[in-house]
Amino acid sequence: MATQHSRAAARLMITPAVFVLLVWMLIPLCMTLYFSFADYRPMRATFEPWIGFENYGRFLTSSAFTSSIVTTLQMVGGILCITIGGGVLMALLLDQPIFGQGIVRILVIAPFFVMPTVSALVWKNMFFNVDNGLFSYAYKALGMQPFDFLSQAPLFSIIVIVAWQWLPFATLILLTAVQSLSSEQLEAAEMDGAPALSRFRHIILPHLSRAITVVILIQTIFLLSIFAEIFVTTNGAFGTRTLTYLVYQRVLESQNIGLGSAGGIIAVILANIVAIFLMRIVGKNLDT
Amino acid sequence: MARAISTNKKIMWTSLAWGFGLVMFFPILWTFLTSFKSEATAIADPPVWFLFDWTLENYTAVQERSNYPLALSNSIIIAVGSTILGILIAVPAAWAMAFVPGKRTKDVLLWMLSTKMLPAVGVLYPLVLLAKWLGVMDSRILLIVVLMLINLPIIVWMLYTYFREIPGEILEAARMDGASLRNEIIYVLTPMAVPGIASTILLNIILAWNEAFWTILLTTVDAAPLTKFIASFSAPEGLFYAKLSAASMMAIAPILIMGWFSQKQLVRGLTFGAVK
Repeated sequence: MATQHSRAAARLMITPAVFVLLVWMLIPLCMTLYFSFADYRPMRATFEPWIGFENYGRFLTSSAFTSSIVTTLQMVGGILCITIGGGVLMALLLDQPIFGQGIVRILVIAPFFVMPTVSALVWKNMFFNVDNGLFSYAYKALGMQPFDFLSQAPLFSIIVIVAWQWLPFATLILLTAVQSLSSEQLEAAEMDGAPALSRFRHIILPHLSRAITVVILIQTIFLLSIFAEIFVTTNGAFGTRTLTYLVYQRVLESQNIGLGSAGGIIAVILANIVAIFLMRIVGKNLDT
Repeated sequence: MARAISTNKKIMWTSLAWGFGLVMFFPILWTFLTSFKSEATAIADPPVWFLFDWTLENYTAVQERSNYPLALSNSIIIAVGSTILGILIAVPAAWAMAFVPGKRTKDVLLWMLSTKMLPAVGVLYPLVLLAKWLGVMDSRILLIVVLMLINLPIIVWMLYTYFREIPGEILEAARMDGASLRNEIIYVLTPMAVPGIASTILLNIILAWNEAFWTILLTTVDAAPLTKFIASFSAPEGLFYAKLSAASMMAIAPILIMGWFSQKQLVRGLTFGAVK
């Protein structure tokens, strides 16, 4: 139905977007790939264009890499648990008949729009600070010794901050999914005398499983590159150095470009593994 | 069939939901309250809730800091600029994919999305190097371009889903009446596409405003937006909570309000249509 003419026009219209994204993808990525095989340390004026897989070997066998992977998994896993668990509960709660539902929704999603540096600094100073933070005041009011969150439990603190930012996202998407559940099915189950817990397990949860998968995949992709929250709170110290942060430190702080680039390529590969699953779901939805 | 719900049950759910809602909102509320306190009241133990001398001195103090106006204008220019640039490139592409779909349209769309999933650290050094080489390090134009590029897949994607909802029959009717491609776009399509474009713009300004990787690492002073301004906000411990709160409120208030208007678009824009 589309004419030859409009086809040509369409191709012309897509070209700029494809072109800029292609350039954006290829040029820096190829440069990183190139540097990853080089011994390149600008501060020592070292540049040897080809040292084979040495950077990869050194990066992968360093203890910093192993611990960064553990930290990344703990951080992403912790945040996912809180946001998915909390998100399902919040979504079910917001789906109930309540007074002022619109306002509660606004309150719940607000944290998502707070810029990462603001939320990190507000939590770090006004809540977690051992001398003047609200949590310390609460501990003291209960007659307990104030707890220094950011130095005693730095990873946990960052998980709390980031989970606070992403819980609204999970809630919003899961709420969209909950609302598309047919109420007849639920009512039928209720009339048959199915208790609330088994209604949840056998009807609601299966219905939500797709949305949960999507939330997990999307969040994982974003969470793998958490940066500002770590930058502002611990600067990667006390076992909060994720893979992203390790690469950043290698590249910009210690200026070991070769090693950092190898780490960058590894990060790209890991993110792509998650991305493939997400793309498959998105691609399936495009057909319908 | 509406179910009869007992008032008691409704009250129970309501208080539970409000409880959760307030817990989630509390850090923002607390920042808001603290921004109107004096520095001494801000760290008072036990904390003071509402009964204190409300003051605007923190807001004036922050605005007087030499680099706040610059950071604010940088944020606005970068967020708006990257969004406009992105829209200019994305509208034709999304239009073409929605109305003249080819065999490879789906692949192109998915490929575009896949670029969004590229971790930023993977291209950090090349970008710094290229920026220095082009002499655009710490410039607004650099951030406009970079933020446009990282958000372009989302812009294309959102516009595509909106455009696809426009019924094709209307376009065919216009074509039958002899409308040229150009007229078709200007007089038929644009008016119907405006709401979708508007929500796309809104969501992208939010995303660009809050972006905190490239804005921190590619700027020093001249092009530093609010994300960077806040990150460098430090003073002797405990003496700056009220000012930090005021600066934070000024950085997040406009986006909070825009965000509340764009709840629905958020789901559409960030799930790439995988949840409906």
